[in-house]
Amino acid sequence: MLQDVPKAVIESGSLQFFQRRLFLAIPELTDYSESSLDRVFAQLESEFLKRAQSAIDPDAVEALRLEWLGRKQGRLGQMSAVWLKAAPVEAKKSLGVRFNRLKALIEAERGATDEMFGLHDGSTRSLDVSLPGIARRLGVEHPLVKTMAEIVSVFQRMGYSVGLGPEVETDFYNFEALNFPPNHPARDTQDTLVVAEQDGKPLRERLLMRTHTSPVQIRTMLEQAPPVRIVIPGKVHRNDAADATHSPVFHQVEGLCVGTDITFSDLKGTLDHAMKAFFGSAVKTRFFPSFFPFTEPSADVQISCIFCGGKGCRKCKHSGWIELLGCGMVDPAVFEAVNQRRIELGREPVYDTRKVSGFAFGMGVDRIAMMKYGISDIGLLYSGDMRFLGQFG
Amino acid sequence: MNILTKWVRSYLPELPVDDRQLAEDLTLRGIAVEGEFVVDGGSRFEMDITTNRVDAMNHYGVAREAAAIYGVALKPLEKCGAAAINPPSQNRDAQHPAKADPFGMTTNEDGFPVQIEARDLCGRFTARVIRGVKVGASTGLVAEYFEALGQKQISAPVDVTNFAWLAMGQPTHAFDLDKIEGGIVVRRARAGERLQLLDGTERTLVGDDLVVADEKKPLALAGVMGGWDSRVTDETKNILIEAAWFDPAAIRASSRRHGLHTDASHRFERGADFAAAALANNLVTRMIVKQCGGDVVGPLVDVVVAEVAAKTVDRAAIRLSVSEVRRHLGATLDGKGISAEVVERFLTALGCTLSPAGDAGVYDVTLPSWRLDLEREIDLIEEVARVFGYDKFANTLPTFTGSVIELAHVEQERAIRETLRALGFSEAISSTFVAAGEAELFGRAKSGWVAMGNPLSAEAGLLRPSLVPGMATLLAHNLHRDVGEVRLFELGTVFTGSTAKVDEAAGLAIGATGGAVATALHGANDGLFYEVKGAIEALLAKFSGTVTFDAREPPAWIEAGRGARALLDGAPVAWFGELSSAEAQRRKLRLTCVLGEVSSALLLKRPLRSPVVRELSRFQAVERDFSFVFPNDVRWESIAAALAGLGIDAMQRASPVEIFRDAKGKAVAAGHYSALVRVVFQSDERTLTDEEIGDWSGSVVRALTELGGTQRV
Repeated sequence: MLQDVPKAVIESGSLQFFQRRLFLAIPELTDYSESSLDRVFAQLESEFLKRAQSAIDPDAVEALRLEWLGRKQGRLGQMSAVWLKAAPVEAKKSLGVRFNRLKALIEAERGATDEMFGLHDGSTRSLDVSLPGIARRLGVEHPLVKTMAEIVSVFQRMGYSVGLGPEVETDFYNFEALNFPPNHPARDTQDTLVVAEQDGKPLRERLLMRTHTSPVQIRTMLEQAPPVRIVIPGKVHRNDAADATHSPVFHQVEGLCVGTDITFSDLKGTLDHAMKAFFGSAVKTRFFPSFFPFTEPSADVQISCIFCGGKGCRKCKHSGWIELLGCGMVDPAVFEAVNQRRIELGREPVYDTRKVSGFAFGMGVDRIAMMKYGISDIGLLYSGDMRFLGQFG
Repeated sequence: MNILTKWVRSYLPELPVDDRQLAEDLTLRGIAVEGEFVVDGGSRFEMDITTNRVDAMNHYGVAREAAAIYGVALKPLEKCGAAAINPPSQNRDAQHPAKADPFGMTTNEDGFPVQIEARDLCGRFTARVIRGVKVGASTGLVAEYFEALGQKQISAPVDVTNFAWLAMGQPTHAFDLDKIEGGIVVRRARAGERLQLLDGTERTLVGDDLVVADEKKPLALAGVMGGWDSRVTDETKNILIEAAWFDPAAIRASSRRHGLHTDASHRFERGADFAAAALANNLVTRMIVKQCGGDVVGPLVDVVVAEVAAKTVDRAAIRLSVSEVRRHLGATLDGKGISAEVVERFLTALGCTLSPAGDAGVYDVTLPSWRLDLEREIDLIEEVARVFGYDKFANTLPTFTGSVIELAHVEQERAIRETLRALGFSEAISSTFVAAGEAELFGRAKSGWVAMGNPLSAEAGLLRPSLVPGMATLLAHNLHRDVGEVRLFELGTVFTGSTAKVDEAAGLAIGATGGAVATALHGANDGLFYEVKGAIEALLAKFSGTVTFDAREPPAWIEAGRGARALLDGAPVAWFGELSSAEAQRRKLRLTCVLGEVSSALLLKRPLRSPVVRELSRFQAVERDFSFVFPNDVRWESIAAALAGLGIDAMQRASPVEIFRDAKGKAVAAGHYSALVRVVFQSDERTLTDEEIGDWSGSVVRALTELGGTQRV
C-alpha cells in the first residue's frame, strides 16, 4: 500500500534498525508482492526522473544527489535499511532486483548531470588533459649498446655469426698474429695499456688490454676452418688521454669473412649493402686506399653524409662524406700466423693462402653513435649521467 | 705534412691536370689531400699519408705517384740538382754502388776518412767536405718555398738539409768540420757516454744507441738528432755533409729510448731509400755552395755495407701472377677484371721492373729502392688495386656457405637487460679500472686482482674486480650534479686473478639513489632497499630455480644490517644493500645509495624460466584479513612459514598488505609492529563453505598467536 508521505517523521523506536531519530523519506511498504513492488518502484522512478529533469543547475543537482544518494537520509540508503531488512525472506530477491535497477538508473543519471555541470565547483569532473600522465619510468637502452646491436644485426641478417673474445689479451692475439711484428712502428698507432709484471714472459705471452676487436678474428680461425663469417662486437682500450672525441675505453664492431674466392669487390659490395641496410638505401659508399698491418689491400670507407645527403653541411665538414670504417683483404701473413699456431695446437693448417682469401672490416661504435645522435662529448657515454641517458628513452 | 704543387710540378713538366683534380686523384689512391690552400704560384696541400708510405711523404714522392696515375714522365733527381759532383771516391755509380768496401774501413786517401764500425746498423754512409763557406740566411728557391710552406728558416746550410728532406725525404746532416777530430766512425755508443743534442738536452747513451762519432767523441745520435757541439753556426767555415742509411729497428729503439721523435727518426725507422743517400748529399752540396759559397773538396765518400745493400736496394725480385691479382681483387666496373696490361703499366710506372717468368701472366718483379714496404706478391697486388682506383671495382656479394652459430647466452643477456629496463633501470658503462683502495673494499681478496703496468691514472691502477665501485662513481657523478633520482645498471666484465693469469667473468651491478617512496609495507627510509630487492626478485624470477634471501656474509661495502644476499637454488647469486656510511662519506654522497652486485656469469649459464600455466579455478576466492601486533623479532619469513605449515591446500597465498610501526609507541607498543595479513582461500574443485573458512581462519589466528602475535580487535 503506497502512501504518499514523503519526508514523514517517525520515531526511531518504531523501527528497530535505527538507533536515533531520523527522517524517513520513503513510502511505507507493507505489500511485498511482485505487482505491489512494480507499482512502488515505477512511482519512485518517475518521481526521480521528474526531479532530475528540473535539476538544471549545480545546486539542484547536489540537492537531488543528497535526496537520493545521501549517506544518512538518502532515499536509496533508507530503502536498503528499512525495506530490504524488513522484507520477508521470499521477497528479498524480487525487491533486491528492483532496488538495484533503480539504483543503476539514478547513478547513470547522476553521472550524466555531473558531467554537464561538474560537481560543486564545476571543474573536478572535467579533466585537465594537459596535465602529465602517470607512467612507470622506463629504463633506457644505452646508446652504445643499442648502436652495437643494430650494427651486429645487419651482419647477422647477411649470414654472420656473432663472436666474442676476452678484453685482456696476449700480445700474440692482439699484435703478433695480426702482422704487427715486435718493435714495428705500426704498434705506435695503438697506444696500449699493459698489465703489470709482464717483463719476465716471452713477448707473445704478455698480457695487455686489447686495442681492437681483431684478436677475435685469430681466435675464431684457430677454432674454425673456413668458411668463416663472423661479426665481433666488443669493448677495447687504448692509452689515450680523454678529450671530447677520445676515450681510453671505446667500442668496436669487427667483421671477418673468409672462404674460397672472396674478393676485394665482395668486400666493397658487402659493406655497401651493410651501410645501406644500417643508414638507409640512399646512402652511398666510397673506398680509399689505407693501411692496416693485418689487411692488404686496405681501405677507408666513407659514406655519403646522412644529414645532408651529400650536399655538404656542418656535420660532414662540408665535404658531403663521412669517414666511417676501415677494412681490407686479410693479409696472407695473418693466415700464415693462424696456420702456424694451428700446427702448434695440433690442428690442420687449413688457411692455405693459395686457396683461401677473405676480408675484414671494423668500425668505431662510439663514433657512429655520436654522429647518429649528435653527441659532442664521448665522455657522456661513460658517465652514467641520467640527464644524458634520459634523452634516449 | 705540407706539399707545394709548384714544387711537385717542377718534377712533372707534363702534368696534365689542375691542382683540384690532382688533389682528388691522389686522394683516391691513398695519397690523401686533406686540405687545399691557395699560395703564390699554386696550392699548398695538407697531406694525410698512411704510415707505411714514408716514400711519398715528400715532394718527389708525391710527384712519383702522380706520374704513375697519369702515365707522365718524371724528371730524374739527377736533373734536379742531385747529379754527381766530382768523380765518386770509389764507387762509379752513386745510385747503385757497384762495389762496396769489403771491410767497412776508411775509404781511399783523397776522401774524408769514414769508418762504419756497426755494420749491422748502418748500411750506407756518404760524406762530403765543403770548405770556405759563409753562413748566412737562405735566399732564392729555398726562401720562397719555405715561406709558402710555413717552414722555419734557420741558416742557409741547415735550411738546405731541410730542403733536401722536403724534396726527396732523405734526412741529411751538416757538421761543422772543424769540430770533428779525426775521421768519422759510425759505431755503437759506449754505455754511459754523454752527448748534448741540438735540442739542448744532454743524453746519457746506452750500448744499443748508434752514434756518428769522430775519433774522440760522439757527434750525433745517428738517425735521430745531431749534436750541439758540432752543429753549424754563423761562425762555421768548413762543413761535412752526411747522408746515410740506418737500420730501422735500431733507430726506432733509440728514438723511443730517448723520447725523441724527429723527422729523421720517423723516416729511418720505416725504412729510408738506400739509393737516395748519395743523391741527397749531392743535392745538399750543390745548394750549399750556391747559397754560401765555398769549395767542394775531394770526392763523395760513399761507404756501403754489401750485406745491407743485398737486403734493401739489391733485394730479390718478387714472383707475381696475374691470376693471383684477379683472385684477390675480383670484379671491375668495366667487367673485364684486372688484365696483364694493367698490371704491367701501373707497376712499371711505380718504379718496378717486370720480366716475364715462364708462363704467360707471371712476372719476376724487381722492386724500387724507395719502396721497402713492398716485400711480397700481395704488396704488389695492393699497388695494382690502388693505382687502378678502388672506385673502379664493382660491388659484388660473396655466395653464402656455412651456417650461423648463435651465442650461448644471447637470450639470458637480453632477459637481464629487458627486465631491468622495464623496472626503470637505465644501462650505463663505467670505467674498466679502479683504485687499489676500491678493489680492497669491493673485491674479494681471495680471488686476487690485477694491476696495470701503465695505468691511466693513480685512481685506475687495477682492473676492476667488481662493477660496484664503478656504479658508486656513476651515482656520485649524478648526485654531484644535483640529479636527485638515479636508477642504473651495468653489464660488463670483471677481472680477478693475478698479473700472471687474468680471469674474466660477466658481472652485473645495480645502483639506485633518491626517489624512494613509502608503501603500505615499507617506510620511506627503507623504500630504496626494497625497490632494489624487488628488481633483483623480478630479475631472478626470469631464470629457472628457487630464489631465497638472507642477510648472511654481507660484503664490507654494505652498511651493517642494511643489506641482503640472494641465493638461487641455495647458491649465492647477488649481494645488495646500502653503501656503508664510511664509504658514502668518503665519496661525499649526500643521499643514501643502494647498490647491488649480481653474478651474471652464473645467470648467463642458467636456462630462462619456461612458464607452465596452471588451470584457473572456476570457483570464487575468499579473502580474509588478519590484523596482528608482533614483536619486532618476528620476521615475515617466520609468519609465512607458520601459515604454510598449516597445510591448508586451499590457502592460495598469504601476504602482508600493511605494516605499521609507531616510533612514539602509542598506536603500537614500542618494539612491536602491527601487520595486516591477507590470506586467500580458493579451491579448484568446489565452492568453499563458511564452516571451512571459519575453521581455517581459526587456525591462522592460532598460528599467528603462537608466533607471539596479538590479534587486534
